[in-house]
Amino acid sequence: MAEKIFSAKCGREVRAGEIVVARVDLAFAQDGTGPLAIRQIEKLGLRGVARPDATLFFFDHASPSPRKELSDDHVFMRTFSKNTGAGVSEVGAGICHQLVAERHAAPGMLIVGGDSHTCTAGAFGAFATGVGSTDVAVAMALGQTWFRVPESFSVELTGRFEKGVFAKDLILHLIGDIGAAGATYQALEFSGDLEALDMESRLTVSNMAVEAGAKAGLFPADEITLAYLEDRGRSGEKLGPDPGASYQRSLEYDLGRIEPTVSKPHSVDNTALARDLSDVKVDQVFIGTCTNGRIGDLQIAADMLAGKKIENGVRLLVGPASRETYLEAERHGLLRIFVEAGGLVLPPGCGPCVGVHQGALGSGEVALATQNRNFKGRMGNPEGFIYLASPATATATALTGRITDPRKVTT
Amino acid sequence: MNLLVGKTWVFGDDISTDHIAPGRHFHLRSNLPELRKHVLEDAREDFAKNVKPGDFVVAGKNFGLGSSREHAPAIIKLAGVSAVLAQSFARIFFRNAVNIGLPVILVNTSGINDGDELEVNLEKGILKNRTSGKEASFPPLSKEMMGILKDGGLVEHIKKHGEITL
Ligand code: SF4
Repeated sequence: MAEKIFSAKCGREVRAGEIVVARVDLAFAQDGTGPLAIRQIEKLGLRGVARPDATLFFFDHASPSPRKELSDDHVFMRTFSKNTGAGVSEVGAGICHQLVAERHAAPGMLIVGGDSHTCTAGAFGAFATGVGSTDVAVAMALGQTWFRVPESFSVELTGRFEKGVFAKDLILHLIGDIGAAGATYQALEFSGDLEALDMESRLTVSNMAVEAGAKAGLFPADEITLAYLEDRGRSGEKLGPDPGASYQRSLEYDLGRIEPTVSKPHSVDNTALARDLSDVKVDQVFIGTCTNGRIGDLQIAADMLAGKKIENGVRLLVGPASRETYLEAERHGLLRIFVEAGGLVLPPGCGPCVGVHQGALGSGEVALATQNRNFKGRMGNPEGFIYLASPATATATALTGRITDPRKVTT
Repeated sequence: MNLLVGKTWVFGDDISTDHIAPGRHFHLRSNLPELRKHVLEDAREDFAKNVKPGDFVVAGKNFGLGSSREHAPAIIKLAGVSAVLAQSFARIFFRNAVNIGLPVILVNTSGINDGDELEVNLEKGILKNRTSGKEASFPPLSKEMMGILKDGGLVEHIKKHGEITL
């Protein structure tokens, strides 16, 4: 699929390994990478951007800003956007990848983002990849940039998840299997019986492709994709690999054999089964982020929490991924359930995920989060310990104070 | 840029961009000289203070994994590091380094000790360890990437040629 998308963009057949210059359909940056990107555009001696309607800046990492340096960065980005006509997604709108999913992504698009989890939009059959500030600056300024067409790594899925098992468990399991560098430079391409994975589940899986080192995490665009787009007043066409497409490596997974999986500190590929970690006491549980902060995730958590209280001494933070998610959670009464259970609802945005603000860990403290990374220092403190899991495992853990297999908690 | 000589700072496997440019210093991203004071702080506390211009960062597997923050290679370069040598690199870090003009070298680093003096010929792909006397070769960067690196990074490359010429 990667070769196919690049070939369409380049107007000729291109092959894995080739270095090409291609026109991008969307270039974006967030408040952590945007200021440097803008400075690089200025260094190029260019004032404007090639296509303002295909250029976006998101305020999500420091949202709202906790300190004056970051507020000044925000002002800098707003001024540049105003002068160039580039789009701005303000504080409170949500996380860039969720908003790209809600508003922009479509099958066959070529998307670059100044954020490593740009691969999230691969769930739509878009070639979406994270790049640095200079790359995104060039893509914004010239409307195109250079790429090496990646080799593809096929992951074929069969079967259905058991109750209590989710897309997050699949992707953690896969990364545990192949390692944090297992797909470096390749495009992970998912195929098989994909009906078991709705759009939100696919977004969770594609989001974490980069944690295996991959450049993209691609799903074919099928009926499920088109229905999601239609719901949001967008459209697209089906897109899949050519029959007989060749892959550098292929793996198969039976979803029915995946169990609730957890990544242990301090690397994502350091995985174990939730049921084997019941000795681990947890201080903070965080449900949110571009990986698992969508409405389906919050619904799972709320269903498990309704009428219950979280364990004494545990802090539960819930961060809806976008304003749309927040409003929908409000409409369905989920926010009330979180608060009544003893949790705290954060504004839409990245929240504690990257340690910029909100919910920084104390030294020696243990967190279990639904985010995608648990590197040392990630949640603001190199003396903290971060475990990663699905929203269901996170909720079960908040209820007991220890890492808990969600199949043990009755709803 | 052809012959690089300097002392080594040895790191392990899986050094992430969170080790290099920790998120808790996020507010310093528009102030790279200040952020540089924390470079690689969560991997080796002694590095930021004592690194000398020309020194090499030497690491194991998957160096630079994690976020796309270009501030990570930028502050390594700002610290005066002449090149990063590793067994393997994470994709975005590798690309960012080339784009900002920081040489990245894929080479077997297992026999290199902390403080060794190295001599690196980027163009020919030769690494000499002056301390141990050992020599190794590495695949030079592709001509496209070498072109960007030699121009001093992608921005300088485009300024010089008016476009991306590969
Ligand atoms: S939620 Fe976390 S991983 Fe996602 S974009 Fe924000 S900081 Fe990055």
